Amino acid sequence: MTAVLTVAAGEIRSALRNRWVLSATLVLAALALSLALLGSAPTGTVGVAPLDVTVISLTSLTIFLVPLIALLLSHDAIVGESERGTLLLLLSYPLSRWQVITGKFIGHTAVVVIAVTLGYGSAGLMIGWLFGGVDSESITAFAALIGSSIVLGAAFLALGYLVSVCAPQRATAIGVAIAIWLVLVLAYDAALLGILVADTSRSIPAELVQALLVLNPADAFRLFNLAGLGRVGTLSGMAAVSQQAHAGDGLLISMLILWTALPLLVAAVVFRRREV
Amino acid sequence: MTVVEAHHVSRRYGAQLAVDDVTVTFQSGQCTAIVGHNGAGKSTLIKMLLGLGRPTAGRITIFGEDPTAGNRRWRSQVGFLPENVSFPPSLSGRETLDFYARLKGQSTAANGDLLDRVGLSAAAANRRVSTYSKGMRQRLGLAQALLGSPRLLVLDEPTSGLDPSSRQSFYAILRDLVADGAAVLLSSHALEEIEGQADRIAVMSHGRLMAFGSLDELRGLSQLPVRIQLRVANGHAAALAHSLGVPATVQGHDIALSCMATAKMDVLRRVASCEEVVDFHVQPPSLDSLYAWFMEVGR
Repeated sequence: MTAVLTVAAGEIRSALRNRWVLSATLVLAALALSLALLGSAPTGTVGVAPLDVTVISLTSLTIFLVPLIALLLSHDAIVGESERGTLLLLLSYPLSRWQVITGKFIGHTAVVVIAVTLGYGSAGLMIGWLFGGVDSESITAFAALIGSSIVLGAAFLALGYLVSVCAPQRATAIGVAIAIWLVLVLAYDAALLGILVADTSRSIPAELVQALLVLNPADAFRLFNLAGLGRVGTLSGMAAVSQQAHAGDGLLISMLILWTALPLLVAAVVFRRREV
Repeated sequence: MTVVEAHHVSRRYGAQLAVDDVTVTFQSGQCTAIVGHNGAGKSTLIKMLLGLGRPTAGRITIFGEDPTAGNRRWRSQVGFLPENVSFPPSLSGRETLDFYARLKGQSTAANGDLLDRVGLSAAAANRRVSTYSKGMRQRLGLAQALLGSPRLLVLDEPTSGLDPSSRQSFYAILRDLVADGAAVLLSSHALEEIEGQADRIAVMSHGRLMAFGSLDELRGLSQLPVRIQLRVANGHAAALAHSLGVPATVQGHDIALSCMATAKMDVLRRVASCEEVVDFHVQPPSLDSLYAWFMEVGR
């Protein structure tokens, strides 16, 4: 356990030192604040809680940005150390390979926690201070957004390690990581939409579409935040989708945790066999 | 005591045999040098000895354990300096050493002394590793290898990038460790500096172990001639060279002889009894020439 925590602390220290934490936090805070201010301006008079609107816009922001940040952090974790020559030395120490991966995962997750909590938290506080109208339901939705963003980040961190243990070179790892981001975050939804549009005879069962939505971590995250939480769901127009999908919050979060645990496990197994 | 043992170990990468049927043991209280050209299989063998790569054939034991098995307790007794060592660039030297000390379950209290011992000043230790020269990285690498007074120290090309005076202090540290009973294993292709430092020498070529033993044992194996230089009082050189009955070349006052090690004492007695000889100098085959000889034989 000490070895895992030592590796984790080393990752956090490195990320703080090379400005990873700072830049990720600033990017998230800047975009969250501008979205919050732009998005909340027109709602001031129509009786919608400004924080709820912010949750909706931040959900879309998170889907694009948090997976990207996570993949950029993690794709290099093993293959990069292997190429720089630090991995050989690390593995000569009394720690096992799963401890290396676990330590890095804990450290990088901490980086995501700091960036998301500070970045989004500052935006949330700003909205509350500027527009007021914050009640417990809004706060719950906002806290759920932060929490689920972290889990989404963890899932893409795990995918990044899987890429990193399999890739022979850093260049391959970054290519595959970006491809994963494009597919899961952009292409998946577009393809699903395209199929639905093309399917004029409605031959695809609705259950299949819903299952496909839940299976993608980015969509699971979207459903969780936009449809799952009372007022936000009504406001975003996603409540109906969610009710049809019968996807409870528990299922959606389990899906994200599965997307974290499974790639992490496979990464650990592949890493055991990797030559250094 | 045998610390590491390789028994008919081979390692194949595709069609290429990087290590070919190597059997060798490394003892505590001894400094063993593995010498060989680039690509001779030194680093591959070292990686396998430390369980960082699996042999495709053969068996390795380290502190009595299989290095690739689950038990990693022996690792805290091993210090390793890889070839071209590198560290996370954004940490300082001190932070880096503290990190490795914690991984080894050691207190970080003695790290200041350790940095001092390898010749990294306190000012340098507080700078980021990314600003370090090759020699400073090498010293930091040695410092992390020395953490926790290891019983086995494995150093892959340790003196590359070190200036001559750092090399001297580096070998002084190694001698202390060997005197304390540690096993030191180092690889190098700087043969002239190994000579006089290593108790045993393993000569590798194209993955094979060509020879293994002390320098004297290697000399015996090779049967390379001993060179003797004589300085002779004026006018007698040519006649004397002829009378000694061994191959000799004359150049002014100087005679260069070569003879087999077994005939050396006989020749020397005759040389010493000649009043014309004013000085002489005996040169056993250097590691360089031994190495060249073993390479030639291996072909």
